[in-house]
Amino acid sequence: MEEGHSHSDAHSAHKEGFWRRYWFSTDHKVIGLQYGFTALLFLLFGFGLMLLMRWQLASPGVEIPLLGALTPEMYNQFGAMHGTIMVFLGIVPLAVGAFGNYVVPLQIGAPDMAFPRLNMASYHFYFWGGVVMLSSFFVPEGAAKAGWTSYPPLADIETMGQTMWLWGMVLLITSSLLGAVNFIVTIIQLRAEGMTFFRLPFFVWAQFITAFLLLLAFPPLEAAGFLQLADRLLDTSFFLPSGLVTADGPLEVAGGGSPLLWQHLFWFLAHPEVYVLILPAMGIVSEILANNTRKPLWGYRLMVWSVIFLGFFSFIVWAHHMFITGMGTTISAFFQITTMIISIPSVVILSALMITLFGGSIRFNTAMWFALGFLPMFGIGGLTGLPLGLAPTDIPLHDTYYVIGHFHYVVAPGTIFALFAGIYYWFPKVTGRTMNETLGRIHFWGSLVAMNGIFFPMLIQGMPGVSRRLFDGGLTYSFAEGVMHYNVVMSVSAFILLLFQLPFIINFFMSIKRGKKVEKSNHWESTTLEWSAAPTPPIGHGNFATIPTVYHGPYEYSVPGYESDYCPQEVPIDLSTSDTAKSVES
Amino acid sequence: MAEEMTLEDVKRHVKVYITVFIALAILTVVTVAVSYLHMPFTPALLVALAIATVKAALVALYFMHLISEKQVILWVLLSAGVFLAGMFALFLGAHADQEAVATLATLILSSHVA
Amino acid sequence: MQIPYEVKARPDTGVNNAKLGIWLFLASEVMLFGGLFAAYVFLRIGADAWPGMMMYGEETMAERADQILNVPLAFVNTMILIASSVTMVMAWASLKMDRFDRYKLYMGLTILLALGFLVVKGFEYGDKFDHHWYASTNNFLGVYFVLTGLHAIHVTGGILVNAYFWGPGTKMWKRGTARDKAHFTNRIEVAGLYWHFVDLVWIFLFPTIYLI
Ligand code: HEM
Ligand SMILES: [Cu+2]
Repeated sequence: MEEGHSHSDAHSAHKEGFWRRYWFSTDHKVIGLQYGFTALLFLLFGFGLMLLMRWQLASPGVEIPLLGALTPEMYNQFGAMHGTIMVFLGIVPLAVGAFGNYVVPLQIGAPDMAFPRLNMASYHFYFWGGVVMLSSFFVPEGAAKAGWTSYPPLADIETMGQTMWLWGMVLLITSSLLGAVNFIVTIIQLRAEGMTFFRLPFFVWAQFITAFLLLLAFPPLEAAGFLQLADRLLDTSFFLPSGLVTADGPLEVAGGGSPLLWQHLFWFLAHPEVYVLILPAMGIVSEILANNTRKPLWGYRLMVWSVIFLGFFSFIVWAHHMFITGMGTTISAFFQITTMIISIPSVVILSALMITLFGGSIRFNTAMWFALGFLPMFGIGGLTGLPLGLAPTDIPLHDTYYVIGHFHYVVAPGTIFALFAGIYYWFPKVTGRTMNETLGRIHFWGSLVAMNGIFFPMLIQGMPGVSRRLFDGGLTYSFAEGVMHYNVVMSVSAFILLLFQLPFIINFFMSIKRGKKVEKSNHWESTTLEWSAAPTPPIGHGNFATIPTVYHGPYEYSVPGYESDYCPQEVPIDLSTSDTAKSVES
Repeated sequence: MAEEMTLEDVKRHVKVYITVFIALAILTVVTVAVSYLHMPFTPALLVALAIATVKAALVALYFMHLISEKQVILWVLLSAGVFLAGMFALFLGAHADQEAVATLATLILSSHVA
Repeated sequence: MQIPYEVKARPDTGVNNAKLGIWLFLASEVMLFGGLFAAYVFLRIGADAWPGMMMYGEETMAERADQILNVPLAFVNTMILIASSVTMVMAWASLKMDRFDRYKLYMGLTILLALGFLVVKGFEYGDKFDHHWYASTNNFLGVYFVLTGLHAIHVTGGILVNAYFWGPGTKMWKRGTARDKAHFTNRIEVAGLYWHFVDLVWIFLFPTIYLI
């Protein structure tokens, strides 16, 4: 970075034009907001695709206003793009790009990210990756139809939309690599004085491990993406076995490739990716729980070690997605064992969070409600994963709605609730105003009920074996008869969920303009630096007038003998007089 | 590399670079020469990989200064190395296991047909 | 506010930001090429024959890669890349010795050698096309073209970076303050790390694709 113009100082800020300030900004807070707004729009769009699919599933063949009856081709496009958009363009950018970008430098006491211009580039790669993905709807025969997993041989012989999907992924992977390098360097190099690794807020730890997962797991998928591009554009046969016959007759390719190779490379990324989806969420929830129970996080160190362990193990469990590929018992045993082992740290973190609740005088605000909602929902998601991790039970459940139910419990009422919690929690930091609590409650309770209405029946439908990705939801299968009526329940719930997002959208935009102004900078009386030391919101350019020095761990709430019930990290306390504090600090 | 390098240090480094260059050139000649012997596959592979590893190590240690690099960087590389090794081992393991299953299945099927 | 440790190393980690950043990037590159190599191994052990059926003289079974690929050319290319690694590291050492003229010379040589590598590569590819051997012919040639092709893209990227630091990028050095000079030297070290990595990938590609 060149000196002086690497990022904006306060006095140069007013000279910058609109584009420089809001579009080509190098300020991590602006980039965080760019990520946030873009990702929320993508989430809404991906949700919309899913609503159309649910409409079709509840009443197959019905005419949808403006769109007409869905064709199977459209259904497949919507399905593939729903998954892709939600994972790669919605949740990860929101959790990492938005929350990570905005909060991490503030929490560690850094003036910005380590490489502000790379940070900007990362957003722009993401944005254009999204544009490529969306524009694939308009190419001949439409967007990719091979699912978010893009399994060959189907994906190899798919229509042009699949090529767009691959180029879009290349852009998104580039974006997340730039971001990951930036996060890791920032966290290692730019911690304020006294901010040792074991004084980092748990949210920062979660982002740190997440960045490592993105850094090391994405490249093999990029490699696989290049190979699939070669298959499609250069007519190679990396993923095409010999003697393949399609509806149009035998394929004229050399053959000799392996579809399983794609699955290995894909899941080598995609299992760590599911932890990318969940770790930042755990981080957000931890911050909010500690703040609203006014207690130190129970077992902070244990949680940190668990998250490191999770990150490490997430690289060697991937083939639990491939139990029915004809895998032998030896290797299958290996992956079953690692899968069972990796559920331990998840349980540790969840338990630590629950124990944190014990004996706290809990402040119930909307952020806290969403964080509380996360706990049981993530619990259901994780527990339903266990039968999937064991081959004998996975074989009948694989590729059924049970799997869809499992991971949606983790990601939807799990991660997305945590993200909502984060929005309600950090909104006053960004805008200097609070969001409306009543609308927030409506949003929470409505969403909680609707989410369960959508995803619980999926678990029930999956058990008799209703397959995922069916255009008619399983109408033609006799074993599905008994559970078909749940399709209506789920679809109605999905529209109810949409309805209950309206209070959020209204609340969000209204509060930006008219929300109640916060009385003090540290609105939630929090101990972490982004609240206690950073300037009063809305923060302009630059983070701290002077970089604070950190004296103790992140969650010194209710320290016995201390004047207030929270002691910010940059305020020295004499820990020798306090037993509780000492045990946290040690 | 340490910031506080003196002129003398740099000159010493330059000598090392030239030596490493010569070693790399010789090893390249050796690996090509060995390939003209047309050894059976396994020994050929082992020799080629061994020589490549030595060459790569020379480049990494001396040209990329890993020999005197800081701990953080070694940790980063170690993590990549571990995951890479895991990937290779499990890819190969999965493949071998799958082959075994396929052979077994063919055996069972053929015995049923017969 | 200035980002700390852009030029100077952070005392407790001992490195500056760019140094750590480039090594993280290289770690991801290790995984990228590692993934490609793993794919290569996976395909090869699953193949009935390797390199397999080829138009080679008559249509015959090729038994060894060197019947298809041009080992002498690849040998020359290996030497070129190794030499360019040396000139690159010499360019950096020249800056350390405050010899800007020598830096220009060595960096210029590095760029020329890299261009030479690409020219040789171009001849190699052209020769394959003349035989009607394409990436689609079989997976052996597919692996050959895609892996060496991605490597060539990395070489091209390196040339662009180095050309920038040979030309317009030298502005920073020419500003002449001690900090600017140290900063520029760091940048050349970082560019060098990338360049050596590209060399390192080739060191594995050459024997595994051409020789066995
Ligand atoms: C905690 C323990 C967990 C276990 C034991 C577990 C296990 C599994 C298994 C074995 C499958 C494959 C099922 C099949 O295809 O037959 C699966 C699918 C899936 N899991 Fe989990 N999981 C866990 C947690 C998570 C978490 C935290 C997430 C992410 C946020 C997640 C997201 C997914 C996704 C997205 C899929 C489906 C991928 C697809 O086929 O499209 N899981 N899980
Ligand atoms: Cu998994």
